[in-house]
Amino acid sequence: MTRFSEKEQRVAAFALLGFGAAAAIPLVDDGYYLSLSVNIAMYAVLCTAWTLFSGPTHYISLATAAFFGIGTYTVGLGIDSLPFPLLLAIAGIAAAILAGLVGVATLRLSGVYFVIFTLGLAELVRQVVTWLQTNFTTSVGLYVFTDMTEKHIFWMLLALAAIVYATGWLINRSRLGFAMRIIGNDETVARHVGIDVARSKVILFMVSGAFIGITGAILAPRFAYVEPPSAFNPVISFQVVIMALLGGTGRLWAPLLGVIPFTILFDRISSSFPNHTSLLIGVAFMAIVYFLPRGVIGLIEDFRKPRAGKAGTVAPVPEAAE
Amino acid sequence: MERRTLIKTFAASLLAGAVLAGPALAEGTITIGASAPKTGPLAGGSAVTYWPAIQLWVHDVNERGGIDVGGEKMKVELIEYDDRTSNEEAIKNIQRLATVDKVDFIIPPYGTGINLATAPLIAKYGYPHIAVTAVTDGVDEFAARWPNSFWTLGTSEGMATSLVDVMKKMKDAGQINEKVAVVNVADAFGIELANAGKPAFEEAGFDIVYETSYPLQQQDFAPIISSAMNAGPDSFVAFSYPADTFGLTKQAAIAEMPVKVFYTGVATAFPAFAGANGAAANGVMGVGGVNASTEAYQDFAKRQEEVTGVAPDFWASPVQYASLEALEQAITAAGSIDKAAVIEALKSGTFDTIMGEWKFDNNVIRSFWTVGQWQDGAFQGIASKGAGGEAEPIVKSGWK
Repeated sequence: MTRFSEKEQRVAAFALLGFGAAAAIPLVDDGYYLSLSVNIAMYAVLCTAWTLFSGPTHYISLATAAFFGIGTYTVGLGIDSLPFPLLLAIAGIAAAILAGLVGVATLRLSGVYFVIFTLGLAELVRQVVTWLQTNFTTSVGLYVFTDMTEKHIFWMLLALAAIVYATGWLINRSRLGFAMRIIGNDETVARHVGIDVARSKVILFMVSGAFIGITGAILAPRFAYVEPPSAFNPVISFQVVIMALLGGTGRLWAPLLGVIPFTILFDRISSSFPNHTSLLIGVAFMAIVYFLPRGVIGLIEDFRKPRAGKAGTVAPVPEAAE
Repeated sequence: MERRTLIKTFAASLLAGAVLAGPALAEGTITIGASAPKTGPLAGGSAVTYWPAIQLWVHDVNERGGIDVGGEKMKVELIEYDDRTSNEEAIKNIQRLATVDKVDFIIPPYGTGINLATAPLIAKYGYPHIAVTAVTDGVDEFAARWPNSFWTLGTSEGMATSLVDVMKKMKDAGQINEKVAVVNVADAFGIELANAGKPAFEEAGFDIVYETSYPLQQQDFAPIISSAMNAGPDSFVAFSYPADTFGLTKQAAIAEMPVKVFYTGVATAFPAFAGANGAAANGVMGVGGVNASTEAYQDFAKRQEEVTGVAPDFWASPVQYASLEALEQAITAAGSIDKAAVIEALKSGTFDTIMGEWKFDNNVIRSFWTVGQWQDGAFQGIASKGAGGEAEPIVKSGWK
C-alpha cells in the first residue's frame, strides 16, 4: 500500500503535469477560452464523480441534477451568512445525505427501475424546493453575488477534480473498490461471497453525490441568480451520462476523454451553425455511437492491445482478483 | 478526385470570403453580438419575441445605410449564438463575443435568469446592457450594482397591482362581483406575481374564493378549472407560463367557464394565442400589452412580418425593437462606438422609439405596459404605468 509502483509514479507525474498546465490557463486567457475551460472542468468533475459510482456498478444514475442543484441551493441560501468554504462542505454533506437516503431506498432496485427513479428524483427535489420557497419565502430566485470570477471558479474546480481522482484511486485500491467490481460483474456472486452489497453501493453513491453537490456549490457564484429550473436542469444529468459513456467508464480518467473533445466539438457546432445546433449534435452523437461503440477509451485500448482480438468489454476484474 | 475538387472549392471560397470580408469589416461596420435560446425550453418564446425584432432592426439600419457615427454611416453586422437555454452556454457565448469576436456591442440574452447570470460579464467588458426580457422587482438594485445595465420591461409588482386596479374599477362599476379565483404556476415569475397580487386583491376588497399553485409542465387543467368554477367567482386570474396559459384557456373554453374576467400570464400576448383560441380569445386579459392602435406599432408589426415572416407579440417584441433604437440613437449621440461614451449617452439621452419617448430614470424605464386584453383580434393594452393610450377593458362574455 505504501509503495508506488513504477507505473503509478509515471501516472502521478503525468497527472501533476496535466494539472499544472491546466492551472496556468487563467494566466494565459481570462476570456472565452477560460469560460470554455470552466465548462470542461465542470463536466470533467461531474462525469468522473458519476463514474466513481456508475462505472463499477453499471447503474446508470440520472440524479446528477438533483445533487448539483442541492449544492447550488446551499450556496444560494447561505452566501449572505456563512463563509464560502463552509458552504462547500455543507453542500457536500447535504448531497451525501440525500444520496444516502435515496440509496437506502432504491439501490435494491436494479436496471431500468433505478434509472427511472433517479430521473424522477431530480424532478422531485426541484418540486420540493419550489414548494418550500413558494410557501415560506416571497420569491423563488436567490441571488449569489460574490467577488469570485471565472478564474477562481476554475481553480476550485481543478482542485476538486484532483480530490475526485485521488479519492477514486484510493477507492480502487481499497476493499470497497474490490467489492464494487465484483458487484458490477455479478451481484449474486458478490452476495454469496459475503459482500454487503447494499451497504457498499450506498457508500459509493454518497461519495459520488457529495462531489457532484460540491461542484454545484462552486458554480453557484457563476450563475449569480439561482432558480429551480437552472439549478435542477435535467439536461445536466443527461449530458453527464452521455459524455461519460462516450469517454468510457472502465477507467477513472476515461470520462475525461469524452468531456474534452465533446465539449469542444459541441462548442464548434453551436458557434458555427447556431441555427442547426440540435440537428448537428444529434448527427454527431449517432456517428460517435456507431463508430466508437465502446467510447474513446475503447479505441485507445484497441491500439494498445492489438493482440487481444476480442471486442468484448475490458473487465479489470480478473487482474484484480489475482 | 471529387474530394480534392471539393476541398479546392472550399478553400477558394474561404479565401474569397476572407478577401471580400476583410476590407468590409475593417472600415465602416459595427459588429453586434446576440446570444439567446434557439433550442431548449425558452426557444419558443425567444423565437417570437427576441430574434425577429433584432433581425428587423438590423435590416432596417442597413437599409437606411447604417448607423450615423460622427457623420460616417456604419453598417451593422449581427453575430448570433444559441445558448440552448443554459446559463453555462450563455456565459461562454458572451465571453466569446467579447474576447474572440471582439464585437462592438452585445444585445443581452433572453430571460430573467440568463440576463442576471451574464450581467457581471457584460459589465466586466464594459458593454451597455439594455435588458428587455427580464421582469423582476430588483431593477433598481441591479441598476445600482451594474451601472452599465438598463431595464425596460417593468416589475412584477407593477404588473400584479395594476391588474388589481383594473379589476377594482370594474368591481366598483358593478361589472363584476368581489369573488376571485387566483392560481399560479410554481415558478419564478408566477410566484412573484401571485405574492404581489394576492395581498393587493384583499386590500382592494376582493374575496379570494379559490387559490392554488401548480407545478411547471402540468398538463391537465380540468381539476383547477372545475374547482374554480365550483367556488363561483366572477373573475379567474392565473399567473401562468406559456404552456399553462394555453392549457388553462382551452380548458376554460371547453367548460364554458362563466366568468367576466379571465386573466392569464406569459404568452397571452403572443399572436399564437389568438390563433389557437379563435373567438374564445376575445375578452381574455393577460400580462403585458401595448398600444396596438398606434401607427408606430402597426407599422412595426407589418414590417416585421414582411421581413422575418414572424408576427411580433403585443408586449415585449416592440420593446425589444425600441431598446435597439435607443442603442442606435445613443451611438449617434456619442458620436463614436466607444462603449463608455455610449453608456453615458444612454443614461442622459432622450430616445424616440416605437414605444414613444424613452428617457432612462436611474437606468430604468418607469413607464411600461402591465395588462392587456384581446379585443377584436388585437391584444390592446388596458393598463400601464404611465405609458398612455390605454383601451377600456371589456367584460368577457362567453367563449364563442
